Amino acid sequence: MTASQTDNLKRPRMARSMAAILGERTIELIIRICGVSAIVFVFGIFLFVLREGAPLIGKLDWTKVLFSQEWYPTSKGNVRYGVGALIVGTLSVTGLAMLFAVPFGIGAAVFVSEFSTGKVKETLKIVIEMLAAIPSIVWGFIGLSVMNRLIQQYLPAPVGLNLLNGAILLALMSVPIIVSIGEDALKAVPDSYREAAMAMGATRWQTVYRVLFPAARNGLLAAALLGVGRAIGETMAVLMATGHAVNIPKSIFDPIRTLTATIAAELGETAVGSDHYRMLFLIGVLLFSITFVVNLLADLAVRGVRKQ
Amino acid sequence: MVNNQPKISVENLRLSYGHREVLHGLSFSVAPKEILGVIGPAQSGKTSLLRCLNRTIDFVSNAFVSGSITIDGEDVLRTSDVHTLRRKVGMVSPLPVGLPLSIYDNVAFAPRCGGIKNKDELDARVERCLRQAALWDEVKDRLHTLGTKLSGGQQQRLTIARALSHDPEILCLDEFSIAIDPVTTMRIEDVLKELKSHMTILLVTNLVQQARRLADRTMFLWNGEIVELDRTEAIFSNQPRDKRTYDYIHGLFG
Repeated sequence: MTASQTDNLKRPRMARSMAAILGERTIELIIRICGVSAIVFVFGIFLFVLREGAPLIGKLDWTKVLFSQEWYPTSKGNVRYGVGALIVGTLSVTGLAMLFAVPFGIGAAVFVSEFSTGKVKETLKIVIEMLAAIPSIVWGFIGLSVMNRLIQQYLPAPVGLNLLNGAILLALMSVPIIVSIGEDALKAVPDSYREAAMAMGATRWQTVYRVLFPAARNGLLAAALLGVGRAIGETMAVLMATGHAVNIPKSIFDPIRTLTATIAAELGETAVGSDHYRMLFLIGVLLFSITFVVNLLADLAVRGVRKQ
Repeated sequence: MVNNQPKISVENLRLSYGHREVLHGLSFSVAPKEILGVIGPAQSGKTSLLRCLNRTIDFVSNAFVSGSITIDGEDVLRTSDVHTLRRKVGMVSPLPVGLPLSIYDNVAFAPRCGGIKNKDELDARVERCLRQAALWDEVKDRLHTLGTKLSGGQQQRLTIARALSHDPEILCLDEFSIAIDPVTTMRIEDVLKELKSHMTILLVTNLVQQARRLADRTMFLWNGEIVELDRTEAIFSNQPRDKRTYDYIHGLFG
């Protein structure tokens, strides 16, 4: 009686453990696929973009392409694909945007995380998230109507859209990302650090820049870089607000054109498989490489910091 | 006249967390350059008492303090400059918190916040404090590595060095020897005896013998009340005024 009872008890348990083992393996496999798929997608996208542009690679004089500012893809007699001005355009508008956005975003993150409490904090967080949700085309409208008028009125800028306009828009678009990632990074610093610092008589601000900044260094760097990524990849707002003129800017009031805006504006006009079409895909590869280098540099910077 | 004035004077200090009162009206005073030992079982309010003295109790959001604490004639609970107060009242907490900075920067933190920028002055101060905390010899070759990489006991001594770095007039030690081996503890105790010449020290300890070795007077705190506060010899004699004191010291409690 007792023996058969224990048998009855044991058998279903054994069966369940078999199922459990199988389930465990399946879940492990699914998770593995999820993880590896990220790599597959990145390489896949890169390869497919490259494939569209590849036939043109051998036909181009690359020093001319990269450093010339003559972008005449539809010229009848002498087609020239110089993307120098476009690269400078993208980098200058992104750089200027980050000059505004990083200090402002990190400052806002510090305020939300360390200096505000209760309702102010909740309201700010919600509003900042809403800021992130505004579509880029709407930012473009703001740039055309509001920002342009303000710049014309209060700054010594010649008539027309310019680099500054686009940079301010990009800054406004990247600030919410920098704020929310930066706030997360600051929030992750244990309270015991804050208390230890303040117990020694540090003021809140001294605590922030002497303890929290070093402690949250990696997270804050990540926040800034995600902001850079957002700015480099942005297309619509810069297409609408920067003037879209192939030009190496000499001041912040000059119009520029970015790599992304060029693709967006011209791809619809090209014949599939034409040289122009392939060149636009190569610009895509170029953009890809720029973001890759930015990420790599960031990674190296973080590693360097860690080694210390 | 001035010498007779107490360094710290506490009147009817009450502290509650929410609705739970943990200090039930403490009154005592501490003379300048005295070591006051505070002993008592867990939950008796020892740490809470120390946290009131340098207002780190402010970090507890539901804490409510009443009564008065006066340090050098200044009202602690109503002071406008809590940063100066905290620099004056150094605190070593039982669980070491190494700031995520280098060993050097950990110790130089408070002086820098206080406005000292001169490199030589900082160097000298860091060395002095680390020596006093009996840590210098172990870390002098790696002052610029992370303080958080030190062992538990070393981190504890690092927090002692840190508490000394802003030249406090009052030093509150909350079970400082909890993670430190007996030999090093003795070295630090010797330093405390030296520091006594220019510092008032409050020593909260679970090691009653440590209070006996160091304290001029000892307070036995139990359930948020002072059972007895007397000269250390009297507390550790065979006939303290309260029987509970004798029982606690001799492990006969409960």
